[in-house]
Amino acid sequence: MDILNSTLNTITSALESKELSSKELVQFYLDRIDKYDGEIQAYNHVNENAIKQAELIDSKRTKGEKLPKFAGVPIALKDLLITGGMPTTCSSKILEGFTPPFTGTAVKHVEDAGFITLGKLSMDEFAMGSSNENAAFKKTRNPWDTEKVPGGSSGGSAAAVAAGLAPVTLGSDTGGSIRQPASLCGVIGMKPTYGRVSRFGLVAFASSLDQIGPMGKSASDLASLLSIIVRHDVQDSTSAKVEQVDYTKALTGDVKGLKLGVPKEYFQTGLAPDVKKAVDEAIKQYEKLGCELVDISLPHTDYALATYYIIATAEASSNLGRYDGVRYGRRAEADNLRDMYYKSRTEGFGDEVKRRIMLGTYVLSAGYYDAYYIKAQKVRTLIKQDFVEAFKKVDAIICPASPTTAFKAGEKTSDPIQMYLSDIYTLSLNLFGGCGLSVPCGFDSDGMPIGVQLLGNYFEEGSILNLAYAFERETNLPKIPQNLKG
Amino acid sequence: MKYEPVIGLEVHVQMDTQSKIFCGCSNKFGSEPNTNVCPVCLGMPGVLPVLNEKVVDFTVKAGLALNCEIRERSVFARKNYFYPDLPKAYQISQYELPICENGYIDIELEDGTSKRIGITRIHIEEDAGKLMHSADSSGADLNRTGTPLMEIVSEPDIRSAEEAKAYVQKLRTILKYAEVSDCNMEEGSMRCDVNLSLRENSDAPFGTRAEIKNVNSFKSVERAAKYEEKRQAKILNDGGKVVQETRLFNADTGVTTSMRGKEDAHDYRYFPDPDLVPLVITKEYINDINEKLPELPDARKKRFIDEYSLPAYDAAFLTSEKTYADFFEKALKTHNNPKGVSNLIMSELMRQVNDKQCEINDAGCSAENLAEIVKLIDKGTISGNISKKLFEEVIATGEKPSVIVEKKGMAQNSDEGELESIVQKVIDANPDETERFRAGDKKLQGFFMGQIMRESKGKANPGVVSQLLNKLIK
Repeated sequence: MDILNSTLNTITSALESKELSSKELVQFYLDRIDKYDGEIQAYNHVNENAIKQAELIDSKRTKGEKLPKFAGVPIALKDLLITGGMPTTCSSKILEGFTPPFTGTAVKHVEDAGFITLGKLSMDEFAMGSSNENAAFKKTRNPWDTEKVPGGSSGGSAAAVAAGLAPVTLGSDTGGSIRQPASLCGVIGMKPTYGRVSRFGLVAFASSLDQIGPMGKSASDLASLLSIIVRHDVQDSTSAKVEQVDYTKALTGDVKGLKLGVPKEYFQTGLAPDVKKAVDEAIKQYEKLGCELVDISLPHTDYALATYYIIATAEASSNLGRYDGVRYGRRAEADNLRDMYYKSRTEGFGDEVKRRIMLGTYVLSAGYYDAYYIKAQKVRTLIKQDFVEAFKKVDAIICPASPTTAFKAGEKTSDPIQMYLSDIYTLSLNLFGGCGLSVPCGFDSDGMPIGVQLLGNYFEEGSILNLAYAFERETNLPKIPQNLKG
Repeated sequence: MKYEPVIGLEVHVQMDTQSKIFCGCSNKFGSEPNTNVCPVCLGMPGVLPVLNEKVVDFTVKAGLALNCEIRERSVFARKNYFYPDLPKAYQISQYELPICENGYIDIELEDGTSKRIGITRIHIEEDAGKLMHSADSSGADLNRTGTPLMEIVSEPDIRSAEEAKAYVQKLRTILKYAEVSDCNMEEGSMRCDVNLSLRENSDAPFGTRAEIKNVNSFKSVERAAKYEEKRQAKILNDGGKVVQETRLFNADTGVTTSMRGKEDAHDYRYFPDPDLVPLVITKEYINDINEKLPELPDARKKRFIDEYSLPAYDAAFLTSEKTYADFFEKALKTHNNPKGVSNLIMSELMRQVNDKQCEINDAGCSAENLAEIVKLIDKGTISGNISKKLFEEVIATGEKPSVIVEKKGMAQNSDEGELESIVQKVIDANPDETERFRAGDKKLQGFFMGQIMRESKGKANPGVVSQLLNKLIK
């Protein structure tokens, strides 16, 4: 069977009918990792027990034991999802060699659903970056052109799907870290509503913005995976107390009469012409599918980037304090406590992480707190209100996911502001807290993928997934580059 | 020149909850280092705090007991600083919106009057771990990390070291009554910081204050305040200026030393903790806790005076510890002689408590047994004299007083026939004294009593003996 182009549903049917064994399936992906990951550099760690786990499931299946729905299906995880017994490094030297003694909630749900973890995927260090170039170990490259970046921070999670090194992956999105790399790698990726997926076991970057989300090749796969990880969790005080949902039921393909908002602030300067063209065509496609287009405004969009970088860095500066060399992770040898702290953190963190810790420390400092942090919280409220107002008029918002397609490695590393602008279309959503996804909508003149972004109100994952599903059926774009299909 | 001290106290109290504040780990004191820990209280990557609801119950209880207003919406904040006993590098606390505010307690002063001390706020926070230092290394015991604390901040209403001590003692009594903490200062479940400044007179503005940390006993509160008062007075009298700083109290030397100055003060970068939603409680919830609040010491003292006609001194003593008051009232159920029971508690039982340094319930005499001793005296079965011996026997054997009296033949002899022969024997043996007694030297009554008691092995009923003596020597 054509494993690469199969959905999770097709794969599970093949496993259930024993047309395919889990061992064959896992081996297929391990072989591909062997063959291609030297170039793609998506995996920080490959699970050496994956085959054994597949064999166990196969033997249970042979015996006729009742198995969970996705028993024996491979998945790969962003390396900031806590996996008990498997290294979790956040692509940071400060956590090099760290193996957690517990497993996070979302990962636990995935394991309970029968998935086999292929390994841990590279990312920008502590999820800070938009190109995966801030990774301490593996600087993942874009499967469509390995001279180019995959985006970030879930660059490994996007590239692994695009290169066929995992059927589906989990990433995390704080300001666009799922949607931007999904767009740059030509896969589909979603940031669920804040509070939808438990953050217990997600290493924190910015606690009020972080959210775990699924990445894959189809809306159907995303719906399957999302249905598993969306649960209320008593271990996360910010977890939403809402019912479990089967999102696959939302995929009707019928989008007739839905109102799609087109925010004018998202189509101005800075948007690459090829991207604009592809997104415009996607909008037209939705019109053809029966959607009603509504011009809307999100008037505080201009302040989103500054607001985001104050709130996210403030929270990060506090969240990353625990990496001090005292209990786990990297500890530098030193003669006294103060030097141990200094050296461990100096050696352990990369430049971007240090930059954000400094920014965050600054905005929380006495005398600056009101001017920066409090002001940013007030602006965040205004940005939220923009969306609240917009969603009174429309069912979803459509816009670009990234201002450009994938850029060359090294192109933006010396200019942090240029790099930060990569998330200009994604980070407002995190400030608002709603859900959003990027679905492939075309290619630029160099053959690099382009994504269109669909933003939904709180807990409207089902409706934006259905919008993506309807679009996919019309477009049917390749998800894996031709040269990686062998 | 004399100055008036202005003192405010910050008291940290560990709550007696089963589990820690943000995880399910046991909150037990005295376990092997790093055994009551989990990924959450160890501050592992990826963990999140979940508030223990009992902590809210306890704090609201304390707030109501200390006459505070309870906020229906309070917010947790992070206090950021690096230290090896603080795994997350921030302490979860409450900053701008604490759960309790604007309370007070009344303390009794030496002259018998009472004084009201304001309580600014009570907020919830987590305790840090403990560092253990040896010659060449230091270790961190994180069992204490995540122990729920309430920080009780007083108004600067305290005007002497004695008042400071009385405040802390009263606070402890109330919190123990409310059953929120054992307030054991030796084990560190109650710890004080003393803020003290001096001013020329009670109308002058507040002076510059020093904060004294590590004041961990009632005595230390008084000593630290006294020392600091003297130190600052000397500076001012020498024409100097007190600097705002944090000082450390050394209980061995009784001296405070500078720990850090104002310029070295931490910038804790407080901000609302994004991992915890604001704590919202309802009026119904607060009322419910209020209704369940046990009787507090001031009310109980008043009731002891009114209901049992106890002297104020007895009532104050018995209500100074909830366990004393409970013991007292339990004893009354066996034998309703409040003053008699009070006397025996305050004399013999307290001697045991002080000798053994134990709780009243562990002193070796149950409330029932103590009451029975009083009952035996009141019934005339034993003499007051022998009751001390009986009490000691009860402590030594744990047996019921009536059983011991029987076994050891401690019952007093009231048989006139038997006693008359003993009295006559003593009269016959002491003709000189008998003559003087007859002549009116009534002081010799004691002499005869002593002789007769010795002769009767202490069992003679003194009342009967006294009658016989006056009858036989005429």
